[in-house]
Amino acid sequence: MTTPTQSASSSTEVAIRVSGLEKSYGSVHAVRGLDLEVHRGEIFAILGPNGAGKTTTIEILEGYRQRDRGSVEVLGIDPGRQRQQLKARVGIVPQQASSDPFLTVEETLQMYAGYYPHPKGIDELLTVVGLQEKRTSRVQRLSGGQQRRLDVAIALVGDPELLFLDEPTTGFDPSARHEAWGVVKSLARLGKTVILTTHYMDEAQNLADRVAVVAGGRVVALGTPDTLGARDVATAEIRFRLGEGPRPPEGLDGETDASGYVHLSSLDVTQTLYDLTRWSLETGVELEGLQVLRPTLEDAYLHLIADVEEMA
Amino acid sequence: MNALRLALRQLRYVNKAFWRNPPAAFFTFAFPLMFLVIFTSLLGHGTVQLGSRSINVSTYYVASMGSFSLISACFTNLALSISFQRDTDILKRLDATPLTRAAYFTSRVLHALFVSILLVVITAAFGAAFYHASVPSGITLVRFLTMLLVGAASFSALGVAATIAVPNANAGPAVVNAMVLPLLFLSGIFIPLGNNAPTWIVWVARIFPIRHFALGMQSGFAGTSFQWSDVLVVGLWGLGALVVAARYFRFEPRR
Repeated sequence: MTTPTQSASSSTEVAIRVSGLEKSYGSVHAVRGLDLEVHRGEIFAILGPNGAGKTTTIEILEGYRQRDRGSVEVLGIDPGRQRQQLKARVGIVPQQASSDPFLTVEETLQMYAGYYPHPKGIDELLTVVGLQEKRTSRVQRLSGGQQRRLDVAIALVGDPELLFLDEPTTGFDPSARHEAWGVVKSLARLGKTVILTTHYMDEAQNLADRVAVVAGGRVVALGTPDTLGARDVATAEIRFRLGEGPRPPEGLDGETDASGYVHLSSLDVTQTLYDLTRWSLETGVELEGLQVLRPTLEDAYLHLIADVEEMA
Repeated sequence: MNALRLALRQLRYVNKAFWRNPPAAFFTFAFPLMFLVIFTSLLGHGTVQLGSRSINVSTYYVASMGSFSLISACFTNLALSISFQRDTDILKRLDATPLTRAAYFTSRVLHALFVSILLVVITAAFGAAFYHASVPSGITLVRFLTMLLVGAASFSALGVAATIAVPNANAGPAVVNAMVLPLLFLSGIFIPLGNNAPTWIVWVARIFPIRHFALGMQSGFAGTSFQWSDVLVVGLWGLGALVVAARYFRFEPRR
């Protein structure tokens, strides 16, 4: 996602540091001791079920909400105390499209550009989000996907160092989502730090350098999309259908499901595959549709969430 | 200075968006003139007794509709449009930018004032052309303009404060009209409060700002007496609204 040179030069710097964050609404403990560190230049995804405290945390980082306890630093600034200083350096893509329906795309961007000390050029923004042809269209005539891209452009207009994307592709069709992912990746290439909340595992998998799973108001897991929940070292599943001939020996015969697939769990995939294929070659029994299945990010996520819910 | 420049810049976009919502713009402009024609056609052949003076009904309505149009532009329009912006997250988003709240509100109030002046000028010109209403001049004009400016500021503040009572944008028109329509009637905007008006109505009219504002506007058109106390009452309501709005106004939808 980031180019090697950029991540090497900037990954040591911290964009966001949160420790011991707490926030309650009345008797509801939304955030209960959350810790987080986001490096400059990375795309950082926050996953979690509804009500996990994701939105509250993000809104505290953005300066919309005051925290009850804990310390928060965003670009070296406390958003609770010095919000006005932070505003010019941060871009926010809200969950809902929100710009005046009666202004054109160009006018909207010009209007927002006027609020910032060092705005980006309108042409450049339109190119980044692919809205050049909609320049003179009114916002009310844009499709949902186009409005979302305008939202991204508005968030970028002040040339922010840090971007918050709150469920940026909810309600998108698959091609619009891939387009949006392209936009987010291009932001990282520009050296921006991106904080992303999402419900989509493939989105986190595709975009994020690191992922935090938030549940019950805390971070319950943190890692790269490939290692989250230790899924890279977890038990893998080997799946195949047997051709004509004898059954495999003890230890390689697994369990056969209704559609005739044999499922085999393995902690050492290399060894198991070696044993299995050798047996197949020796006996001449074919292993049709042979596959190795690792837990997906979604499996890992659901597992983590289930653990938290059990504890609660 | 910088804040004023930001506000004036913002004003351009507020103005563009206003005219591009034709139904809203049309009715803001059409209602006062439509009511003026309807009321004077129905009731416009006599005179109305105000205290010791009697003035032409048509002159009365030119003044009344001038007041009504300012209240529509400043109170009703602002309350509805700001509720809409709040409920569609536009305000929340503006609040995340370096645009100051002061610049935002200044632009909204200046725009309401601009629309009010346009409306009052149109109403006065229409009245002068078709109903022989007199147009204020000299010292009367100065007093009239004072009332107009104080009224625009106060009713704008009241409009912003009114959004606090609007639960969501869909309920906006109902809630805002429920606040303003009864008072417009009880303040003699649509039907003159003669010398025989019931005491409770007279008291309601005395307490709320609409009647006081309308009397100030009337003195400009009909040459009735001008009371600085009317300006004071309207101004105090505006200050009160400002205090309430500063304390309770929210940039985010109530969800």
